[in-house]
Amino acid sequence: MTVPGDEEEAVGTPDRRTVGRLLAYVWPYRVQVVAAAGLLLVTSAADLAGPQLYRVAIDRYIAPRSGSPDVWGLSKLAAAYLAVLTVGFAARWAQNVLMQAAGQRAMADLRTDLFAHLQRLPVAFFHRHPVGRLVTRVTHDVDSLNELLTSGLVAVFGDLLTLLGVVAAMLWLDWRLALVVLAVLPLVYGVTERFRRRALQAYRAVRSRLARLNAYLNERITGMSTVQLFGKEPRARAQFRELNEDHLQANLASVANMAQFFPAVQVLGTLTVALLLWVGGGRVVQGWVTLGVLVAMIQYAERLFDPIRELAEKFNLLQQAVASSERIFRLLDEPVTLQDPAAPVSLGRVRGAVEFQDVWFSYHTPKAVQDEVGWALRGVSFRVEPGQRVALVGPTGAGKSSVVQLLCRFYDPQRGRVLLDGVDVRAVRQQDLRRHVGLVLQDVFLFSGTILDNIRLWDPDVPLERVREAARRAGAEGFIERLPKGYLTEVGERGVRLSAGQRQLIALARALLQDPAVLVVLDEATSSVDAETEREVLQALRGSLQGRTVFVVAHRLATVQDVDRILVLHRGRLVEEGTHRELLARDGVYAKLYRLQTGRLWQPDGGGGR
Amino acid sequence: MGSRRFWTLVRGHLRAYLLGYAAAVGAVAAAQVSPWVLRGAVDRLQHAAPAVEALAAALLGLALVEAAFSYAMRWQILGAAFRIEAQLREELFAHLQRLDATFFHRWRTGDLMARAVSDVRAVQRFAGVGLMRSFHTALMVTSSVAFMLATSPRLTAVTMGILPGATVLFVVLGRQVHRRFERVQERLSDLSVLGQENFSGIRVVKAFAREALEVRRFRASAEELARAQVHLARVQGALWPAVGLVLGTAAVALLWEGGQLVASGQLTLGQLVQFSYYLARLSFPMIAAGWVLNLWQQGRTSMARLEEVFRAKPQVQDPPVPVVLPQVQGEVEFRGVWFAYDGRFVLRGVDLHIPAGRTVALVGPTGSGKTTLVSLVPRLFDPSRGAVLLDGVDLRRLPLRTVRKAVGFVPQDPFLFSDTLLANVAFGAADEAQAREAMRVAGLLKDLSQLPERERTVVGERGVSLSGGQRQRAALARALAQDPRVLILDDALSSVDAQTEAEIVAELRRWLRSRTAVVITHRLAALEEVDWIVVLAGGRVAEQGTHRDLIRQGGVYAELYEQQRLRELLEAEAP
Repeated sequence: MTVPGDEEEAVGTPDRRTVGRLLAYVWPYRVQVVAAAGLLLVTSAADLAGPQLYRVAIDRYIAPRSGSPDVWGLSKLAAAYLAVLTVGFAARWAQNVLMQAAGQRAMADLRTDLFAHLQRLPVAFFHRHPVGRLVTRVTHDVDSLNELLTSGLVAVFGDLLTLLGVVAAMLWLDWRLALVVLAVLPLVYGVTERFRRRALQAYRAVRSRLARLNAYLNERITGMSTVQLFGKEPRARAQFRELNEDHLQANLASVANMAQFFPAVQVLGTLTVALLLWVGGGRVVQGWVTLGVLVAMIQYAERLFDPIRELAEKFNLLQQAVASSERIFRLLDEPVTLQDPAAPVSLGRVRGAVEFQDVWFSYHTPKAVQDEVGWALRGVSFRVEPGQRVALVGPTGAGKSSVVQLLCRFYDPQRGRVLLDGVDVRAVRQQDLRRHVGLVLQDVFLFSGTILDNIRLWDPDVPLERVREAARRAGAEGFIERLPKGYLTEVGERGVRLSAGQRQLIALARALLQDPAVLVVLDEATSSVDAETEREVLQALRGSLQGRTVFVVAHRLATVQDVDRILVLHRGRLVEEGTHRELLARDGVYAKLYRLQTGRLWQPDGGGGR
Repeated sequence: MGSRRFWTLVRGHLRAYLLGYAAAVGAVAAAQVSPWVLRGAVDRLQHAAPAVEALAAALLGLALVEAAFSYAMRWQILGAAFRIEAQLREELFAHLQRLDATFFHRWRTGDLMARAVSDVRAVQRFAGVGLMRSFHTALMVTSSVAFMLATSPRLTAVTMGILPGATVLFVVLGRQVHRRFERVQERLSDLSVLGQENFSGIRVVKAFAREALEVRRFRASAEELARAQVHLARVQGALWPAVGLVLGTAAVALLWEGGQLVASGQLTLGQLVQFSYYLARLSFPMIAAGWVLNLWQQGRTSMARLEEVFRAKPQVQDPPVPVVLPQVQGEVEFRGVWFAYDGRFVLRGVDLHIPAGRTVALVGPTGSGKTTLVSLVPRLFDPSRGAVLLDGVDLRRLPLRTVRKAVGFVPQDPFLFSDTLLANVAFGAADEAQAREAMRVAGLLKDLSQLPERERTVVGERGVSLSGGQRQRAALARALAQDPRVLILDDALSSVDAQTEAEIVAELRRWLRSRTAVVITHRLAALEEVDWIVVLAGGRVAEQGTHRDLIRQGGVYAELYEQQRLRELLEAEAP
């Protein structure tokens, strides 16, 4: 969920650039928008017709100054009035639908652009930004932008139009009485402006105090056991009460403001009517104006106040939408740091030679890397021939996964080069590179969807046959076909309906389907399957991966004893390499790691828990 | 709203509600009189009789009276609702503070926050706008209809035959809107899931070069959503205009029928105008009814969600008749202690006696139940079976305050509040001097020079982030400053470097003197001088004795020790 106030509330006025960018998304749907604006003219006209028809009804048919009332005329007029109402209804409905259609399509475009932009951003970006917040941008923020577009801008335009229309109609009816009404307008404006300013102030105060209250609440819930262990509940409660009281006061201020505003506007409305009666009454008696005109004027005066009040109320909503749009565009402006080269080298048939040349790498920005502290890799160099099976081992934090990250180009090294078949990975299109370097991750990630979707990742061009083949090679075929719906079984969110072992086999099948020249397997990818299955999988892999380069990133040394070569990393450096036997004989880092892992206590004791 | 808690809160503000309702009666009365005045004015003007000035003044006077009442109504009721909101939130907070660790393991912080923020607000909206509008609207409807009948039963029959059409429309179209809105919500949730999964699984997406495909999938989903929205707009966009059409039709019917009555002299023009005002006053209630209903439903749902939290009972509670210990000595005993977490036993019959003043080390492989065992001493949990005793008394028979005052607990991953370092350390201290002494023992004083405001530096989530070791030492100081009789360190110095740890241990030994200490550690080298070592494995005490005894036995401890030695050798290996 999003905690209100968990980020700075940028309430501001729209700058021209933001509005311009927004309009660019609306441009393709300009026909609908223009049509909707045209219909707005119709609805305004229909609204304005009402009081005029009333005037005619009174002056001509109901209470004419001379002659007798005309019931037939009244009936015709009522029919005309009904027709006007119907036209107004139809126009308003059509205008709503048209505007929504345009706005929603524009927002779908904006959403997709935003999403597509996010796809281009490096993995590191997703580590920095909580997933929940990104989802909020794509969903909630875009929605409030739509609100701004469809209700906000249109309503403002409509309100202004009505305002102008009413003033014009009143001037046309009787300019002297119109001036009486207009004389009240500055007062209305003053009251509204005062309300708006104080409402904004109150809104900000409520937001900031609520944010403080929420921050406190969040922290106390997270650290509840600390509070309890020290028996500080009474103090925490007193502090909470204080923040709660602050928030209450801000709310009360906003209530007071609103409670004053609405009655005040009403009083001004009645003031206008009273003035009209007073001034207009005299003119009616003197025969300068008809009674119908006076009634119509009163009705117009009442319609004048609605748009003004709504404009004031909408203003603050608009400001929130502007904040949303700024957040969206800020995300769209996030630079793509891992760029594809301007003139990419195309990889033909990849043989699978991998080389690291004096690679230095840190997850931090360059300026944070002083001395040698921040480096994950420090001058790592090695070369792997096509078809070789290599294991990367080392204690936690040695830099094993950094090697993998660079090989797939999720990051770029600060110094040195990573080469695939002698080509710098930075010279290749990322998509191209990753088609040839397969990755079986340790944190198996399944999407909600069917097993079929998860293996072929929604690529409709992959036939079921090839999916089956990949599943067989991964050793997943057996369990999949035993499922009642087979490949069409829904795996649930993050694959919750499957066991950990089954999830890993599917991830493996996914990688095998891609048939890459270089396959990187993180050994924990097979750690959740039982020993028997694991042996089968590894055997199957061995057969099917003939001629492919395989990197096994090993946390458990038992799985890597028969690879061609073992690379031992320690604190970001390559410290030893050789076969299992050679390395044991050296009695260095590898030998110690091996002894550590073969100790009896390493076995899980079945206890677990807290 | 079937919640007794809610109505109790409302009853607490009975005066405000009664005043607010009285003001509502005043406001409606003033509002309903003004059409009479207007009628008089119109009738006079029609017969060219002067002296409408007094009526204009009366109109203005009535408006002022109505405004004053309407202000009072809003201020009383909406203000009371915000006070209820604050009260409810405070009750919730107080209740949360009484709940124990098991509750907070089960409930996610985000969920609790949502209830404390959004649900409390939904209840407030019902208590405020909901209760105010429902009363005001009911008054307005009944009085308007009554005045309409008094003016002209015939016109009332004609217009009231049309007006309920708005309500019918609201119900019929409203149902369609609701159905279509649900489809929009489903599509929106699909889109969110797609985004959520893509962002969480971005490494898979990139590793398999599926960006373009994902964008295509997302576009399809976004377009689905847009289609559902337009589908909704087709009905929703008709709703208000249609309601407007019905209300307008009623007005036209009034003009037509009423006009004829005026023409035939059965009604004055003023009465027609008066009637039209009452009719207009009925339009808003037709709409407000649906709105109030909505507020009521939301408020009821939210209140139920809050009651769910209120219903949770703390398992760790003060005994009804507590045993009073004049002075805690610090003898701790576990007697046949079993503990199940999520239905799985983590402790399986632990018997252990720690005499007052003894320092005992607790070691064992990961998952052997060490943390669970020590968590029972400050009663973060209670054992499923068996008992934990302090000075020979079952903890459950002692006041919680006594237990927690006597036991200082330092977890491995401590939580510091967003406050100054000194305030954090002094959290449980009698005074600041005690806190400073504790900081000295925990070796924090030498770190102060690195902090911008020294001991007044704000730390925690919203402050300067301390290193893991500094955080642990601050938590240690916080526990020491409380001056406990029993100190529990749950691997509390794991992020502190070996040199500093040795210094702290030396200081700590002096500080402990006659106090009891239970220390969990993975650094076995530090244990050679500890009085007594207890080895936990598989939720039971596997071995206990001095370092020397245990090494000689060649059991679990001896092996743990060897592992530790290897790990340290590996650490020392120069790359």
